[in-house]
Amino acid sequence: MVSKAKKKLTPVQQEYQALAKKREPSKFTFKNLYRAFLTGGLICLVGEAVQQMFVHFGGYSVKEAASPTVGVMILISVILTCFGIYDKIAQWAGAGTAVPVTGFANAMASAAIEYRRDGIVLGLGGSIFKVAGPVIVFGTIAAFAVGIAYVIFDPNIVGG
Amino acid sequence: MLKGHQSWLFENKPSILSAATSVGPFEGRGPLAEDFDIVHGELYLGQDSWEKAERAFLEEAAKMAIQHAGLTEGQIQFHFGGDLMNQIISSSFAARTLTIPYLGLFGACSTSMESLALAAYIVNSGGAKHTLAATCSHNSSVEKQFRYPTEYGSQKPPTAQFTVTGAGAAVIGQEGKGPFVTSATIGRVVDMGIKDPFNMGAAMAPAAVDTMEAHFRDLQIEPGYYDLIVTGDLSKVGYEIACDLLKKHNVPMHQTTYSDCGMMIYDYETQNVQSGASGCACSAVVTYGHLLNRMRRGELNRILVVATGALLSPLSFQQNETIPCIAHAVSIEREK
Repeated sequence: MVSKAKKKLTPVQQEYQALAKKREPSKFTFKNLYRAFLTGGLICLVGEAVQQMFVHFGGYSVKEAASPTVGVMILISVILTCFGIYDKIAQWAGAGTAVPVTGFANAMASAAIEYRRDGIVLGLGGSIFKVAGPVIVFGTIAAFAVGIAYVIFDPNIVGG
Repeated sequence: MLKGHQSWLFENKPSILSAATSVGPFEGRGPLAEDFDIVHGELYLGQDSWEKAERAFLEEAAKMAIQHAGLTEGQIQFHFGGDLMNQIISSSFAARTLTIPYLGLFGACSTSMESLALAAYIVNSGGAKHTLAATCSHNSSVEKQFRYPTEYGSQKPPTAQFTVTGAGAAVIGQEGKGPFVTSATIGRVVDMGIKDPFNMGAAMAPAAVDTMEAHFRDLQIEPGYYDLIVTGDLSKVGYEIACDLLKKHNVPMHQTTYSDCGMMIYDYETQNVQSGASGCACSAVVTYGHLLNRMRRGELNRILVVATGALLSPLSFQQNETIPCIAHAVSIEREK
């Protein structure tokens, strides 16, 4: 274990960081907020349109249309990633492109493209989850915790 | 010859016989495009991976520099080089092609001046007639190694820098018409406790200032001795911090023009590069291309290039370590 004292900054370091801080532009801007809102909303709008298409022209029920809709959104994201467009949109949009399912698809596809050159098994196979892996691991853990809470607090589920 | 505490004075005035630069398409759209020998239209150079492409840039620049000097590989005694890839594969693999006896260096982005300082030192001391100093970096290979897959959509903060794709090489010889490498200052590692790899400018600025002050102290000169002083790749954020620090330390920088290579190579208006440029190739292509051209045109007589490097690795960052930084200064003069 690294001792806590070692992690502490010396007075000179603290003084410098205070000086440097003044010159660093803030990561948080309202521009980022409305851009994320706009693109995130736009992606959801496209998703909604696709879902409605499945309902009206495909004869699916709203619930059944969910899976093929996600499929189409993933496909769009992967195509945009392959053409090198998704990362450019993401620089503008921030969380707007990262949060929806398209962001997850981009994480998988970009890793697949990047590590394909390092070999099919060790490259593609070994590294495809490099970016998306943590989401899956901690998503599973969170789902497990929520599942347990559900069993404890909802007696109807037992024996149901 | 050792001068002061950490500087070398090259009394035999080793000469930069030739220099060559090769860059990618994005650099070709920047304001310095005219100063580069070759601007490529694509990032792969016909290779099938970023790492191989980076090596191809280096081989091309090195071969071109040797050619411009009117020499062959066999007439160069030593090759000094390094890059940002793990185990400096770009340089070492290029050295395999060049077949010049090779010393691999790693000083992150400061390798450009580290290699030039050593190449000049060896020539100055009579250890070689001709030496080669060459460095390279590739935006995509660096993104892949240090950050995320190149196509991954993550938003870069305003302090982030864009790694230059390209390579710069220079041939140093005992006799030549100049410009001459007149002195060099080797920097110490400075760590001010910055941890954010997207804020390298702030991490490196103290190292640059430390080396500059050491240079002025060792050589007993003032900044006014130089027409231009440039730091390697502090970019906008780091440059402003360095200016603040120099002011705080009462270094009379108003005597000269102080700029940063990371702020010169891209157009902030049209190219979305956040704080500016970085990478081994940043200071290399700006110095060997743009600045040497300006010296040849007589616009500059004496320059000091302070190449800065952040000595982090993807592992050290994951293990929550701070970023140690270094800077090496080399002075280039038009006349002996």
